[in-house]
Amino acid sequence: MDSLAGACVITRAIGIGLVACRTCGLVTRRLPIPSPPTSCPRCTTLLRERLPRSAENTLAWLIAGVILYIPANVLPVMYVSGVGGGEESTILGGVLSFWRAGSWDIAALIFTASVAVPATKFLALGLLVWTVHRGTSWARRQRTSLYRVVEIIGYWSMLDVVVVALTAALLKFKALGTAEPRLGIVLFCGVVVTTMIAALSFDPRLIWDMEANDGH
Amino acid sequence: MGTDARGDPRDELPTPRVLRRRWVPSLIWLVPLTAVVIGATLVVNAWRTAGPRVTISFQTAQGLEVGKTLVKYRNVTIGHVTAISLSSDHNRVLVSADLLSSAKDLLTADARFWVVRPRIGIGWASGLETLISGSYIAVEAGEAKARQTDFVGLENPPPSTHGLLGKNVMLHAKDVGSLALDAPVYFRHFEVGHVIDRELEAGGQGARVVVFIDAPYDRLVTRATRFWNASGIDLTLGADGMKLRTQSLASVLAGGVAFEIAPTAQDVGQAPSGAEFTLFGDQAAAMAPPDGEPRYVHMRFAQSLRGLSVGAPVDFVGVNIGQVFSVDLDYDAEHQSFPVIVTALIYPRRMGKAYEVLEQSGTATNEDKMARLVGRLVARGLRAQPRTGNLLTGQLYIALDFIPGVRPASFAVNARPLEIPTVPGSVQELQQKLVSIVDKIDRIPIAQIGAHLDENLVDLDSALRELRTDVLPAGSAAFNSLYTTLGTVDHALADDAPWRDNIDQTLVEARSTLRSVRSLTDYLDRHPEALLRGRHPSQSTVSERSTSPARGGK
Repeated sequence: MDSLAGACVITRAIGIGLVACRTCGLVTRRLPIPSPPTSCPRCTTLLRERLPRSAENTLAWLIAGVILYIPANVLPVMYVSGVGGGEESTILGGVLSFWRAGSWDIAALIFTASVAVPATKFLALGLLVWTVHRGTSWARRQRTSLYRVVEIIGYWSMLDVVVVALTAALLKFKALGTAEPRLGIVLFCGVVVTTMIAALSFDPRLIWDMEANDGH
Repeated sequence: MGTDARGDPRDELPTPRVLRRRWVPSLIWLVPLTAVVIGATLVVNAWRTAGPRVTISFQTAQGLEVGKTLVKYRNVTIGHVTAISLSSDHNRVLVSADLLSSAKDLLTADARFWVVRPRIGIGWASGLETLISGSYIAVEAGEAKARQTDFVGLENPPPSTHGLLGKNVMLHAKDVGSLALDAPVYFRHFEVGHVIDRELEAGGQGARVVVFIDAPYDRLVTRATRFWNASGIDLTLGADGMKLRTQSLASVLAGGVAFEIAPTAQDVGQAPSGAEFTLFGDQAAAMAPPDGEPRYVHMRFAQSLRGLSVGAPVDFVGVNIGQVFSVDLDYDAEHQSFPVIVTALIYPRRMGKAYEVLEQSGTATNEDKMARLVGRLVARGLRAQPRTGNLLTGQLYIALDFIPGVRPASFAVNARPLEIPTVPGSVQELQQKLVSIVDKIDRIPIAQIGAHLDENLVDLDSALRELRTDVLPAGSAAFNSLYTTLGTVDHALADDAPWRDNIDQTLVEARSTLRSVRSLTDYLDRHPEALLRGRHPSQSTVSERSTSPARGGK
């Protein structure tokens, strides 16, 4: 039981037959349950009390992301050839080589963007989905904050993809040196996209739904 | 309700069991499914392309780097080095490499691995590209069916012939000379191949050189082809001057092999790959007709054969038909002497046409035929004789020749090996004659002669002294008087001698006298009467005029 939850009087729109538009915030009356889909009279957004199957969708995208994350790390993301041969590098290999070369700052940046952020997202979204599914009322505000963080940091994982895209575009000196993207970066891009979709498909209102159920 | 009292019969009916609502998966689960498919595809792909891991041991890991060094087959990358470690006894370096699955077939039991590094030799350089790109491990597949993953790497690149069109040829030689790996093979000065391997034969009895002849020149290798070592310089001093022969400058330095088809050969069928040939020392030896089976002969010499070395030629009527195989000392107990036994190898086939003729005559085995033939020749005076081949070095050779007027010798037809009777060498004969001359000189009583001579000389000396003391002074006096006499004569004959004036005057007077006589005779001729009557004065004018000097002289 949340101490704050107990202090606040929670009146949910769903409880009094209202529905709010997710986009423009217009509150409308809710039509009786067996009804065709409705849309916001102001902004024509599809009206939903809750995102349908939100937890399930999030989980599905999340699992897809986790699955893609494995080959994204194992496969090389970039091939750099210079005078005297070329070399393919994976994400972690690149981090290690930067670290060994003394560029610990770049290593830390790449590590954050490509390992820490996706891992955080996996864990955070997994936790959110699991707690919503369990219907616990544990640490609701913190979980809501966690969701916001996940939404914000999600984009930064694209840093890696941008680095590879830029390098491959700029480093084109034929025999002297070329860089080419490899399959790993595509998969990594897939990881970023799926986790972002997972975060989007999660309806944070579900975190607070349990309290109303408790009130019954 | 009445129904309540009686009880609702529906109450007796059983209540249906409430089923839990089945979870119907939504289409969203296709997303993770797709991810699984992608991942699985990649895994399967990786598993399929992930080839075998091989371990290659080398003596050194020079130039090899984990993760960087590649494994290449014909310059196609088929893997990379994943680990380098030391063997348990620290003597070798174990290099592990992950290969592509497509390289699986290359890992035959006789596959060869070596490190390509820059190498530079005389006339060739290889692996120069690795100066920049770094070394790599090259692999060459073998033919074996068996597969393995542990290999011992070669320290030197093997001959690269796999897949090249051409023919391997094995050459047997006494030694490889200066033949280096990759040394060129020439056919009429065209480079048509190279040496790909050379090694000692088992037991060290000789050397084996493997050369690779590139297509299409491999057609030139027939069973009649002769190979010779074209290394170095061939300097011949012949009757037509000095000849210098080489194949190329590179072959002078790094050695080379040349071959040609023997002109006399009848069998010119193609030799199969891997055919074996003899590598001759030079072109002359290579192009000579084959020697055939050698025969051993013994020769027993009673005198020293200093200067006869093993390998010295054996001549038959000036034709080299063999060589000395061994020179041994024997002990003859009967004569208490040490005869020299010379064993020689004779190649009867070198006798050329003579051999063919001999071969066709008779039906007995070769050995017997030969023995009988030699017997006949010995009866005709065939002898072995050591002769001086080189006056400077005193090198001897054995000559089989017909010696006129030689004493008959016994010949055992059934002895094997044949023993050819001998005569002393020309030098020995000369030596003996010299010795006899010296003996004769020695027998001259030189001391006696000297004594006599001495006495005679003393006599001569005294005679000479006599001559000097007695005869010479007398002679000297005689000469002195002769000298004065001659001086007197000389003086008397001088221009201003007084008697010459007298003679002059006398002559003048004699002339005038004679003139007077002539005028008298003339007068008398004209006037003979004057003899009686005396002279008439009127008749005297003319004659007076012409004879006036004479009248003055009257």
